[in-house]
Amino acid sequence: MLLLIQYTLIFSSVLILVALGGCISEHSGVINLGLEGIMVIGALGGALMMRFCQTESAFVMVLLVILAAAFFGLVYSALLGVACINFKADQTLVGTALNLLGTAAATVFVKALNTSMNPDDHSSEIEYVRARKMFITNINGFEFNWFMLIAVIAVIVVAVMLYRTKFGLRLMACGEHPQAADSVGINVYKMRWAGVLLSGILGGLGGICYILAGVSIWKFENGVAGFGFLALAVMIFGQWKPGRIALAALLFGLFRALSNTYVGFPSLAALNLPGNVYNMMPYIVSLIVLALTSKNSRAPKAEGIPYDKGSR
Amino acid sequence: MKKALKNPGVQAFVASIICIILGLLIGYIVLLFINPQGAAESITNVIKNFFTWSKPKTQLKQFGNTLAKTMPLLMCSLSILFAYKVGLFNIGAAGQYVAGSCACLYAALAWGWSWLPCMLFAICAGAVLGAVVGILKAYCNVNEVISGIMLNWISLYSANTILAKVKEVASPYTMYITDVNPSAILPNAGLDKLIGNNKYVTIAVPLALVIAIVISIILNKTKLGYELKATGSNKNAARYAGMKENQNIILTLVIAGGLAGLGASMLYQTGYMRWECTQSSVPGMGFNGIAAAFLGGLSPIGAIFSSFFIQHITDGGQYVNTNFYSSQISDLISSVIIYLCGFVLFIKITMNNMIAKSEDRRIQKQKTAETAGKEAD
Repeated sequence: MLLLIQYTLIFSSVLILVALGGCISEHSGVINLGLEGIMVIGALGGALMMRFCQTESAFVMVLLVILAAAFFGLVYSALLGVACINFKADQTLVGTALNLLGTAAATVFVKALNTSMNPDDHSSEIEYVRARKMFITNINGFEFNWFMLIAVIAVIVVAVMLYRTKFGLRLMACGEHPQAADSVGINVYKMRWAGVLLSGILGGLGGICYILAGVSIWKFENGVAGFGFLALAVMIFGQWKPGRIALAALLFGLFRALSNTYVGFPSLAALNLPGNVYNMMPYIVSLIVLALTSKNSRAPKAEGIPYDKGSR
Repeated sequence: MKKALKNPGVQAFVASIICIILGLLIGYIVLLFINPQGAAESITNVIKNFFTWSKPKTQLKQFGNTLAKTMPLLMCSLSILFAYKVGLFNIGAAGQYVAGSCACLYAALAWGWSWLPCMLFAICAGAVLGAVVGILKAYCNVNEVISGIMLNWISLYSANTILAKVKEVASPYTMYITDVNPSAILPNAGLDKLIGNNKYVTIAVPLALVIAIVISIILNKTKLGYELKATGSNKNAARYAGMKENQNIILTLVIAGGLAGLGASMLYQTGYMRWECTQSSVPGMGFNGIAAAFLGGLSPIGAIFSSFFIQHITDGGQYVNTNFYSSQISDLISSVIIYLCGFVLFIKITMNNMIAKSEDRRIQKQKTAETAGKEAD
C-alpha cells in the first residue's frame, strides 16, 4: 500500500510538472505537442549531470541536476518557439517532429557517448544509481523524492503567476484574444515565447523526474512512453487550471502506479489479468475521461493559431 | 524559370528538396560532432543504401527489400495525408498499423486464413481503430492527436498480449507464416523474378501504387473528396452547405485507419518481419509516414517518391560505421526533415514574394522606359 502511494505521488509529480508546462504554453496560445520530446531531452540533460557530476553533497547534486534538466528543456523548446511563433509553422506538425527528434537525438547521442568511452558498448543506457539515492529520503520505508515537493511548489507558483501577476494575466490574454492584447500594447510574440520557454523548463523537469521515478538506469531508445501526451490529457481534464490539474494528475498517477505495484495486492493479483492490462490502464482511463470532459472544454480560444499582426 | 517557380507543384518540389538537403546536412554535422573520421563515408552510405553493395545482383536484391518496406510506409503516409486534407492529424496511424499487424498475423497463424481474408481483416482492424478516433472527435470533441496517441499504446499492449498466443515457445517472436500457413503469404505474381529473385516483392507493390492513384483521384476529382476537404477547411460552413460534417470526419478516419491497417498486412504478410511480443515502443512506420506525407507535399503521388526516399535512408542507416555511430542517425535525419517541413509554408511565401518583387521591378522598369520614350518624343 505504501508502495502504491509512493508511486502514485511520484508519477503524479511528473504529470503535474509536464501538464503545467502544457498549460502555460496553451494559455499563451501555442499548443505544445512536443512535450514528450522535451521530456526526453530534459531527462537526457539531468541524466548526464548525474552521470558525470562527482559531487558528494546531495543538495548540490539535486540543484545541478534540476538546472541541467530545465536548461536542456528550455533550449529544446526554443525549436518549437522559432518554428511556431516566428515562422508560423503548423504547431501539430512541429510538435510531432520534436517528439520524434527528441528520442532519436537522445539515442544517437547516448550511444555515441557510450561507444566513445567503451568501444564495445553500443547500448543507449545511462546509469545513475549513486545520484538517484541523493534525491530520495527514506521515511519508514516510504521513499520521499524531492520532486514531490517541487511539484507542489510548481502548482502554487504557476497558479499565483497565472491569476495574480501582471505577467500571467497578460500571458493568458495572448491565448484568448491576441489581437486585443496587442492593441493595448502587449507584445504577443514575446508573451508566446515566454509561454513556450516556461513549458520547456517544466517539461524538462518532468522528464528527469520520470526517469528517477522507479529505476536507476534509463534506456533512451524507449523515450518516455507517451507520458507527455498523458500530461496533455491531464491538462484537458484539469480544464487548463493549475489546481484541477493537480487533482487530475493524482488520478492518472494512481492508475500508472497500479501497473508497477499490482502484484503486491492479493485481490488484484488473484484476478490473474495479464500485466499488459495494467500497462494499458492509464491510456484507457485518459480516453474515457477525455470523451466525457472534452465537450465543454474551456480551452484558450486562440490556441493553435499562429499570431499574425496583419490579420484581422 | 520564374514561370515554372510559380507553379505550386514545382514550389512544393523545391521546398521538399530544400528540406532533404538541410536534413542530410544536419545529419552530417551530427556525425562530424560524434567523430569527424568516417562521417563523410557514413553519410554517403546512408544516402547510397543498397548501392553500397558492389555486385549489381545484390544491389537489385537489396533494392527489393527497400521496395517491400516502402509499400507499408506509403500506406501510412497516405493515411496521414488523407486525414490531413480533411484537417485531421492522424498520428494514430501508428496504432492503426499495429492493429492491422495484430489482425493479419493472428488470422494467418491461429486461424489459418489465406492471404486475402487476412488482408481484409487487417484493413477492418485499422478502420475500427480509426472509427474510434473519429467518433471521439466528432461527438465528444476529443483532440484526435491525443486520442490517437492513447490508442497507439493501447493497441501496442493489446497486440503484445494477443500475439503472445501465436509466438514461438523459445523466442519473443511470432511464428513464421511461411512455416505455419504459406497460403497467407501475399502472392508474388512473378514480380520477384524481375527484382533479383527477392521473394519479398509481392503484389503489394502494384497494389500500393494503384491505391495511391485512387486516393489522389478521390481527393481531387470526386464529390466525396470535395465534401471531405470542405469539412476540413470549415466544419460549420460545410454543415450550412448541407454536408454531414460529423459523418465526414468519421468516414475520413475510417478510410485513414483502413489504409494504415493495409500497410501492416503488406509488410507482415510478405514474411519479411515477425512481431516481437515484448516490444516496448510503437513501431516507427506510422511516424515515418508523417515524414513521408509532408515531404511529398501532401500529394498522394508525391508520397510515392517521398516514402521511397524515407525508407531508403532508414535502410541506409544500417550501413553507417557502427564503430562510432548508431543506425538511429536515419531516424534523426527523418525527424529533422519533418521539423523542416514545418517551414515549407514560409519557404513558399518567400518564393512568391521574391517572384512578385522581381515582377514589380520589371514592370517599374518598363514604365520608366515608356515614360522616357514619351518624353523623348
